Amino acid sequence: MRKVMTGHKAVAEAMRQIEPDVVAVYPITPQSEIAEYYADYVHDGIVHTELVPVESEHSAMSACVGAAAAGARVMTATSSQGLALLVEVLYIAAGLRLPIVMALANRALSAPINIHCDHSDAYLARDAGAFQIFCESAQEAYDYTLIAQRIAEHDMVRLPGIVNLDGFSLTHTSQVVEPLDDAVAKKFVGAFKAVHPLLDVKKPVTWGPFAMPDYYFELKRAQAAAMEEVPAAFLSVQKAFAKTSGRAYAGFVEKYRLDDADRALVVLGSTAGTAKVAVDALREKGEKVGLLKVWLYRPFPYCEVASALEKVKHVGVLDRAISFGAMGALYSDVATSLRRSQSRPALHNYIYGLGGRDITVEQLAEVLEGLGKVRPDEGLRYIGLRE
Amino acid sequence: MAASLKGWRELPIGGVVPGGSARDLNKTGSWRAERPMWNDEKCIQCLLCWFHCPDSSIVTHDQKVTGVDYDHCKGCGLCAAVCPKDAIGMVPEREGTCAK
Repeated sequence: MRKVMTGHKAVAEAMRQIEPDVVAVYPITPQSEIAEYYADYVHDGIVHTELVPVESEHSAMSACVGAAAAGARVMTATSSQGLALLVEVLYIAAGLRLPIVMALANRALSAPINIHCDHSDAYLARDAGAFQIFCESAQEAYDYTLIAQRIAEHDMVRLPGIVNLDGFSLTHTSQVVEPLDDAVAKKFVGAFKAVHPLLDVKKPVTWGPFAMPDYYFELKRAQAAAMEEVPAAFLSVQKAFAKTSGRAYAGFVEKYRLDDADRALVVLGSTAGTAKVAVDALREKGEKVGLLKVWLYRPFPYCEVASALEKVKHVGVLDRAISFGAMGALYSDVATSLRRSQSRPALHNYIYGLGGRDITVEQLAEVLEGLGKVRPDEGLRYIGLRE
Repeated sequence: MAASLKGWRELPIGGVVPGGSARDLNKTGSWRAERPMWNDEKCIQCLLCWFHCPDSSIVTHDQKVTGVDYDHCKGCGLCAAVCPKDAIGMVPEREGTCAK
């Protein structure tokens, strides 16, 4: 049944249907309402989850790691500074192969302090070992929360996962969302299977042992192998979800009017929605423009991005964070994707929307129209910045 | 690298170690700077050393102390500190190694 709800509520609804054994969470704008909705479910007896109201995000992820090692299905949610504080423990969750799914309400990192959207928090967690998915809409935030849970718990994966939704533009806006029926969602997610649970006292194990130079390297290589299993798991779970929900999800990226495009944008998150309107407006005028939206950000789908951009002549990659001293993070990934490509599209890197700066249809249309007229690879360009 | 070390495909998920297996591989006694020397004649079998040892390295038989597990004792000296009868003395490892 179609309902109107915020991105918060969409994520909280998915969490309610997943009904993890433990949710350890600390509130932070713009994530707080996810924690609040879930606390209501617990208080009202709608879910049988142990809600741990911890004193910080570092504790939130620490409690999640402990509970997951004990053998529980675990979820959390955070944003910005909270992510920065818990990222130390996120690396541990990944190294211990604990399938903890976390909603990340994307918000700019301090300083200056700000509460609005950009992707500096997601980029901070880029190398932590959690897979990351970016969502365009509240519907996707709901859908990919369910999908992420199954990927994280996949036998070959067993890794933490982050579901990114843009702060305020997705978390606080009301949109039409069509959740699955509870029974259907629960069947889709399935029962949790603990691996080496600490609470199984008949089979005692040591979690988090020390590893010297003789084994650390091999353990990290094994962790990398788990990440290499994410794409296959993503496709199979996404396919199963498409069948269950009737929604047309297929692949690591969404190609929008890209087939005959000679100019295209590459974006993450809710800006894809704005970009689609810009693409449509230019297509009306006969311009061959398109959009590539990346769902799966980590592991990065190099081959699929390369093949999607194969026939495009000019590509504008939009990064919603500055990687100080380097080109944008998404740009660098797209550039790496194209290194073996036969056709070498001209690449342009644009920084936009920092600290919640609005990004408009007109601005994106202007970028698309300008592609091919400006010289490529001339460093960073900034959209909507006052000189 | 020694051939007996396992390759990355053979390792347990997340580096989880099966119960009771680490002690055979890790001889933490090699870290020791000072060696506890237990004196059978002074010992009154109060077992305070056994209670306090953080590495389960006080060896007992039929609830009586019989010696020290030098493969795993790290030489922290807690046993000597809590002994009410000075039945355990800490000896520099070089000296302890040479002593009978």
